[in-house]
Amino acid sequence: MLLAGLGGGQDKVLPMLQALQARYGYVHAEAVGLVAAAVNVSRAEVHGVMTFYHDFRTELPAARVIRLCRAEACQAVGCEALVDEAARLGVVVDGPAAGSVSVETVYCLGNCALGPAALVGEELVGLLDLDGLRALVAGA
Amino acid sequence: MFVPGDAAARSVGAEAVALAFAASGMEVVRTGSRGMLWLEPLVEVEGADGRVGFRNVRAADVAGLVASGFGGGHALSVGRVEDLPWLARQSRLTFARVGVADPLSLAAYRAQGGLAGLEAARGLAPDAIVAAVTSSGLRGRGGAGFPTGVKWRTVAGAVADQKYVVCNADEGDSGTFADRMLIEGDPFVLIEGMVIAGLAVGASQGFIYLRSEYPQAERVLRAALEIARAEGVLAAGFDIELRMGAGSYICGEETALLESLEGRRGVVRAKPPLPALQGLFGKPTVVNNVLSLAAVPWILAHGAEAYAALGTGRSRGTLVVQLAGNVKRGGLFELPFGVSLREVIEDIGGGTRSGRPVRAVQVGGPLGAYLPVSRLDTALDYEALAAVGGMLGHGGIVVFDDTVDMAKQARFAFEFCAKESCGKCTPCRIGAVRGVEVVDRIIAGKAGEIAVLEDLAALMTDASLCAMGGLTPLPVMSALKHFPEDFRRALAA
Repeated sequence: MLLAGLGGGQDKVLPMLQALQARYGYVHAEAVGLVAAAVNVSRAEVHGVMTFYHDFRTELPAARVIRLCRAEACQAVGCEALVDEAARLGVVVDGPAAGSVSVETVYCLGNCALGPAALVGEELVGLLDLDGLRALVAGA
Repeated sequence: MFVPGDAAARSVGAEAVALAFAASGMEVVRTGSRGMLWLEPLVEVEGADGRVGFRNVRAADVAGLVASGFGGGHALSVGRVEDLPWLARQSRLTFARVGVADPLSLAAYRAQGGLAGLEAARGLAPDAIVAAVTSSGLRGRGGAGFPTGVKWRTVAGAVADQKYVVCNADEGDSGTFADRMLIEGDPFVLIEGMVIAGLAVGASQGFIYLRSEYPQAERVLRAALEIARAEGVLAAGFDIELRMGAGSYICGEETALLESLEGRRGVVRAKPPLPALQGLFGKPTVVNNVLSLAAVPWILAHGAEAYAALGTGRSRGTLVVQLAGNVKRGGLFELPFGVSLREVIEDIGGGTRSGRPVRAVQVGGPLGAYLPVSRLDTALDYEALAAVGGMLGHGGIVVFDDTVDMAKQARFAFEFCAKESCGKCTPCRIGAVRGVEVVDRIIAGKAGEIAVLEDLAALMTDASLCAMGGLTPLPVMSALKHFPEDFRRALAA
């Protein structure tokens, strides 16, 4: 149903994978075959797309994912200290999801004048400091 | 009263402030941001003599502000917003409406001059539209600076049963956020620009490729497209589909973007054939940056000469400067081409946020050069920056203070390239990994490796398929050239 609504051309591969991930939080291995069949390309082709783009996950993520910017503008205002602090707090950074919270580092969230920046769910956080990060990790 | 709904303003609490004002009975209009991001949340109140602003408002300030009747004497008052020096000195053409009204009100858009460009274009023959864009001197704002009119003429001249207009909104460069702010603050101007492009080149379908890191821009744009369809701005003959990226930096490169739109890995295509002749699905395609397309309605409404009257040399019109990183007053400023880096960083930006001296400035994103303080008198235009070995890119400026380690920044440039390379060409795929290793050896004290680095940089510059591999040596070698002491630290020790 989810896939059928999107039409059947190969150009719908990304929208289909995005729809699956939006619904389930990740793209299950079996869904790769479903997408391939829906647009009439090989499973290898869809697998190739899945693995090229950083956004796609193959496992359920932590309940709360903090996407922390690590690009130049945030480097200039000390984002690396935040990455270190996350690790110090025992939060998984760019690793397999474990527990209720994880940090994924990303390059640029478009909040470069108010860095360090993070994206939690769909909410952008600016001027993030160590206390702010601790609060995000604690779920405040 | 007006409270920005822009993601950057929300990131420092604008949402809670808007809710608090609404709860106290105020009528709140959510707008885009004026771009003076250090003042956010910047709340504005319509008064007898214009709009008065209040800076850095927190939810806790709301009750006091309401009780004070928003008097100019309030501690957070900045006076008339239009009179703020950072706003008054700008030439806001593309961003004229951003921060002023509800971005999703088509009536407000129209009232502020919106759709005048489209009306003018509808009265012109397609080649007259192309001629106007050409004579305005508009160059691609995505980074490459290719003349927009020349690109349009190529697509217009191509014979095909189907043509496309593709908007590149995959704004991945660190230090840039103008595309995001424009989409969140005035989405109709982008839609209008794309409709005009469609008329000019004979395309019936448009696509906007927006990066997935911009959820607020996605919300606004989806809503704007629906309104544009319902109100007939997008009618039979030209429609626009929004597609989301998936976290790949290289998809901002136009041919990788086209591959991604077609449902494949974002692997760069060799050129030729040019996308203008064989682009999306093999059809003639205009691929333009958000700011290029958004400049077009103004040009059609006010005339190519008016646009070309601003700027300097071969850089005509306005440049949307995005000032970011370690800077006291960061944000977005639309200025005529030709202002100096020093004016932007010192006069507008007020120096670093940390209060320490500026040491390095990266202009033009992750693939742009690092410049030392001695080059701050360089003018911001395409040619002047090229003359000092840099590039203007998408207009992003990232400021670093004297705590920066430039060898580390050089290493990062390679690391980023290794992570984000599409893998198609060897110089980029392998060169980036080797680059990290070479810089590591230099940092460890092997000065002889500098010759290896120079050789690798020359190879990547000359032999890479696209700008990713071709320009990664720019931040690396500029760091080495201007800050050699950071690379020789291990030697000296």
